[in-house]
Amino acid sequence: MTVRSSIESKLSARFAPVALTIVDESHLHAGHVGARAEGETHFRVEIVAASFAGRSRLERQRLVYAALADELAGPVHALSVRALTPTEAAAAS
Amino acid sequence: MSEKPVFERIRRDVADNEVFLYMKGTPVFPQCGFSAAVVQVLSNLGVRFSSANVLEDPELRDGIKHFSNWPTIPQLYVKGEFVGGCDIIREMYETGELAEFLNSRGVNVQLANPA
Repeated sequence: MTVRSSIESKLSARFAPVALTIVDESHLHAGHVGARAEGETHFRVEIVAASFAGRSRLERQRLVYAALADELAGPVHALSVRALTPTEAAAAS
Repeated sequence: MSEKPVFERIRRDVADNEVFLYMKGTPVFPQCGFSAAVVQVLSNLGVRFSSANVLEDPELRDGIKHFSNWPTIPQLYVKGEFVGGCDIIREMYETGELAEFLNSRGVNVQLANPA
């Protein structure tokens, strides 16, 4: 399983997101510390889920980090997170 | 969370400096784009801050992650309080919340380049 698909399945299982975008930005960091020849080291995640309501940015990002603890302890060197509620996502678009 | 020897140094850093950034590299020579982004935000707000380069100290690099319960660098502390990493600081800056937050904590903000 690729790192990307494991991120996708774990976030889907944990948050039942109404929208989930996972962008592999590893190519932007080729040759950088933490880069692997096989890539899949730097990701950007945008996730929209109702369960983020009433939680601060810190709490939301901690929840996402916790769901992906294995990936962060392993292949993933950087993970950028934007976590919104459906209402916020609608207002932002 | 088990107490590590480096925690004492971290407590002192974040108590003695009203704005403190744990980063990769230095404000003049950041060695990571995410650290560079936070330095840029603080500079735009004219905020004076101190920093520690975690790349020079493996114990600190690992310790700050446990201290904050946050797995990534950079990490920004204001008046001893963990505010967030790059994503949060950037979002708070873009919405104006960061300047408000700093003001509310008594930190001097001087908008050099009003957004």
